Amino acid sequence: MGKDNNLKGWLYLLPAILFLGFFMVYPLIDVFVYSFEEGYNSASQTFFGVGLYNYSYVLHDTYFLQALKNTFILVIITVPLSTGIALLISVGLNSIKPLKNLFQTVYFLPYVTNTLAVGLVFMILFKKTAYTDGLINLMLAWFKRGPIDFIDGPYWAKMFVLCFYTIWVVMPFKILILTSALAGVNQDYYNAAKVDGTSAFRIFRRITLPMISPMIFYLVITGFIGAFKAYSDAVALFGTNLNAAGMNTIVGYVYDMLYGDSGGYPSYASAAAIILFAVVFTITLINLSISKKNVHY
Amino acid sequence: MKVVLEHLTKIFPSRNKKSNDEVIAVNDFNFEIPDGKLIGLLGPSGCGKSTALNLISGLLKPTSGKIYFGDDDVTGLPPENRGVGLVFQNYALYPHLTVKQNILFPLQNLKGAERPSKEEMERRALEAAKLVQIDGLMERKPGEMSGGQQQRVAIARAVVKMPRVLLLDEPLSNLDARLRLQTREEIRRIQRETGITTVFVTHDQEEAMSISDMIVVMKDGVVNQIGKPQEVYDEPVNLFVSKFLGTPPINVFEGRVRAGRLFIGDEAVLDVPGAPDGEVWAGIRPEGFIPDENGPFTCQLRGVEVMGRDVSVVCGHDKCAGEQIRAIISAENRPADGARAVRFALKPKKVFLFDRQSEERIPFEVK
Repeated sequence: MGKDNNLKGWLYLLPAILFLGFFMVYPLIDVFVYSFEEGYNSASQTFFGVGLYNYSYVLHDTYFLQALKNTFILVIITVPLSTGIALLISVGLNSIKPLKNLFQTVYFLPYVTNTLAVGLVFMILFKKTAYTDGLINLMLAWFKRGPIDFIDGPYWAKMFVLCFYTIWVVMPFKILILTSALAGVNQDYYNAAKVDGTSAFRIFRRITLPMISPMIFYLVITGFIGAFKAYSDAVALFGTNLNAAGMNTIVGYVYDMLYGDSGGYPSYASAAAIILFAVVFTITLINLSISKKNVHY
Repeated sequence: MKVVLEHLTKIFPSRNKKSNDEVIAVNDFNFEIPDGKLIGLLGPSGCGKSTALNLISGLLKPTSGKIYFGDDDVTGLPPENRGVGLVFQNYALYPHLTVKQNILFPLQNLKGAERPSKEEMERRALEAAKLVQIDGLMERKPGEMSGGQQQRVAIARAVVKMPRVLLLDEPLSNLDARLRLQTREEIRRIQRETGITTVFVTHDQEEAMSISDMIVVMKDGVVNQIGKPQEVYDEPVNLFVSKFLGTPPINVFEGRVRAGRLFIGDEAVLDVPGAPDGEVWAGIRPEGFIPDENGPFTCQLRGVEVMGRDVSVVCGHDKCAGEQIRAIISAENRPADGARAVRFALKPKKVFLFDRQSEERIPFEVK
């Protein structure tokens, strides 16, 4: 390889580097810079000084702490549950023959449905109004429970709806990935296990799981990142004033700081974004180190 | 453990009800595999030999017929209760487990009183590994081993639980030519040492003939001939068997029998007393040609291929059913350079007559 070739290579990369640099790297650096500029004014593009005040403000803001708590609860509940349920459904789908295609379509439908439309449906299911308690409360009434206002009621009820909704929305993609991963496992492994008298549970644990572990890992990583960046789901259920509902998420907080009623604070937004980045980065590192032991390529 | 197949039949139903394309993969198998023998199921691709193996393993259920291991009827038993070891064509080693874990896997499946202690398992795994000579590679992953080594691990995994019957599905087809030679000797040795009744499937006649105690030649789901390799080679029952065995393959000619003599073209090439008059296929093994200046059979010489001790004489003939004739003769008798034709006498034992329609063997007296 001569120098000429090297130059040629960079030339081929140039368009991609330009675009990525302009639209990805530069904004990233800019956000980082903003987060340290105290008292930045976007109209005059001036600031008073450089320091950690923005972080201190954000970390002491009750709205941010609420958003942080919400996001963490959302992540911890939805990622394992959605992956686990998706795995169960995929294994089930893979072992049935009749109506398999029908079920696959049914399970995939949420993926192609608009988030806000689904949110509306969930609101109709869960919302308690002056005229009706909503479908879910009707069902709860059969068991002499409720009525509970899931949309404007207690915190745990709202969190329950949000988690339920999130799981429901992210599941189809996971099912799709896992069913194809399962179908990709060579039948010979199962035949070999069968001849050796392996129990169904052991086959699942010792053969199926390791074989599809890269895909599970992929889903867990992207699931964590996706859940940390949740925002539209909360909006779909609780409207745009998430702080008032107490259901804000970190990304929601960032958005509010930029454009919401309390908007016009890009420095606080940047600081919150950097904190989110740090959190996601740490969690992903932990995931990676766990995966080294348990994922088999 | 002897294995008996009785009227064993497997029919795969047609894909949809309209088309009538059901496949009879195994058609009325009747034979007995003697205890402790190595037998080769031999046939071209798609002849149902793997299906037959899967029927014996229990992975497939027969449409009708019975399978016995010794005196036990195992037809209805699932594979895990039959006590078979199965080696797959692609080995099917679990890629995420080490060699040792792979070999231990079948033992760890055992339950209750059958389950050996941990030390016993380790001991048996090591024993199996030593048998196939991979005991130095116990901590490797399958992906870090060569094809031949993986093959050995697969065999070790199949024999570690002391199966009553060992089944090998095309065990050598994923290996290169040299490893194939080496590994087939290895399979022979392992089979001798363990004494496990072994059935292996192959489409390679040389492989089957070289290591089997007995070969079963199949075509389109039907057993054509069963016997010791040499017997089947020397006395094929029909044209298909004669063509399938032997390299180079047998030379087939359109022939005619008249008054106890075999005519190929206008030449009476061989006395075949006892054969009825009529149109026949005449099969002549490559080693059945004797170069003879006064021989009765004239062929057009096309070339001579040197193979060392022997030479392969390539000839043409109008009545030859194939592209060309191949005769294997000793190098001293090689025809003179520049000769246009070459004359042969024939060894009667190397000439077979088959009915032109049914392609069944027509016997004649050999003096």
